[in-house]
Amino acid sequence: MSTPLLVLDEISKVYGSGDTAVRAVDAISLTVERGELVALMGTSGSGKSTVLALSGGLTSPTSGEVQIDGANLAALSARRLARLRRRTIGFIFQEYNLVPSLTAVENVALPLELDGWSVGRARVAAREALTLVELAGLEARYPADLSGGQRQRVAIARAVVGPRELILADEPTGALDSENGERVLALLRRRVDAGAGGLLVTHDPAFAAWADRVVFLRDGRAIDESQSQRPLTTQGAAEASSL
Amino acid sequence: MTVRHGLLAILGEGACHGYQLKQEFEVRTGGSWPLNVAQVYSTLDRLVRDGLVIEDSARSDGARRYRITEVGRAEVARWLYSPGVEASAVGRDELPTKIAIALTLPGTDVAATVQAHRRAAIAQLQELNALKRDEHRSEVSDLGWELTLDAAVFAVKSRVQWLDHAEAKIARAQRESGALPYGLRDDLPGRGRPRAAERTPGDAEARR
Repeated sequence: MSTPLLVLDEISKVYGSGDTAVRAVDAISLTVERGELVALMGTSGSGKSTVLALSGGLTSPTSGEVQIDGANLAALSARRLARLRRRTIGFIFQEYNLVPSLTAVENVALPLELDGWSVGRARVAAREALTLVELAGLEARYPADLSGGQRQRVAIARAVVGPRELILADEPTGALDSENGERVLALLRRRVDAGAGGLLVTHDPAFAAWADRVVFLRDGRAIDESQSQRPLTTQGAAEASSL
Repeated sequence: MTVRHGLLAILGEGACHGYQLKQEFEVRTGGSWPLNVAQVYSTLDRLVRDGLVIEDSARSDGARRYRITEVGRAEVARWLYSPGVEASAVGRDELPTKIAIALTLPGTDVAATVQAHRRAAIAQLQELNALKRDEHRSEVSDLGWELTLDAAVFAVKSRVQWLDHAEAKIARAQRESGALPYGLRDDLPGRGRPRAAERTPGDAEARR
């Protein structure tokens, strides 16, 4: 058994202190393996976005431990944590967060260039990632010249480009219609099938149901889960390994 | 009336015999609505009786063939372009009734009832997505079947959304007015069924 990609061990997050303390996340334990997509569902205020932020080291837990590929995030220096976030984790948000003054391919190449890749090598990888999300031919477009669905696919390409293994997605389909949302989910699913691990926050039940496991949160606690009875991979194992 | 109109619409493309019609219907609906031949022939008999279809006189291969009439064509157009029962009839969903009753029962954890149904619905959606995945992997894509699956996804999804909505509304009601009223009431009519004269038309409606 290899080390799980993501381990959340009894993590809690408390905002404020004393009488006004709010326990946003309350002793949640969760693992995400490679090749597994896990969805978090719950009403607003249930703590699902906080769990995602904790998983990506964007905020640190009040108690408990977050491990990515066996490394305890709390034990890493700020520099090593930043490097782990750049190299291992891809974030996808509802608002795309693309740089408006950069083209699609420049946006996708940006994290690699920040990580010290040569511009040429980064662009090659970025083009491949854009082809994967079915945007070949639109590499030179600026975000303003792309539709919402296309922008989100650029954001996905940026999240999966290079060696990234852990994809953390917070309402990635929130601003899309159902047909475009389904395409975005299919791409996420395909990347997971090819060996990445994914943690998806969504309030849309149909999209959550593309996950192998759906974890239900209420008041910061994991109260229940639904494990898919059949594998949901969009391709055979042979195809997955060839990607 | 989907079968009757579906068969009639297919006949609009050309004369068919009964078994052929059954196969055409099933293929076009992605196998989601299997028919038996006897049902097809009894439907055809009624279509003939109503003047929408005639039996073809030419029987080259020995099988009875059916042909659509002009009245039949008009009926197909009416079916396709005006919303009928499928748009107005909302099937009785037992879930709201179950939750409404659960709310009145002391000691019932309504949130757990809601969650049990939500988990089951998500599992159903996962199964539907697995079927969609099978469809994407198959050699021939079948848009009709895919849309049928999508319709099931939307139906189950809306049930989950209703459960989310109900959960939030119940939680707010409990916060604002404490425990919800429950227990048997003594201001309801006494023994037995009310006499016919006391029943309201609404009662009769509800009983149907």
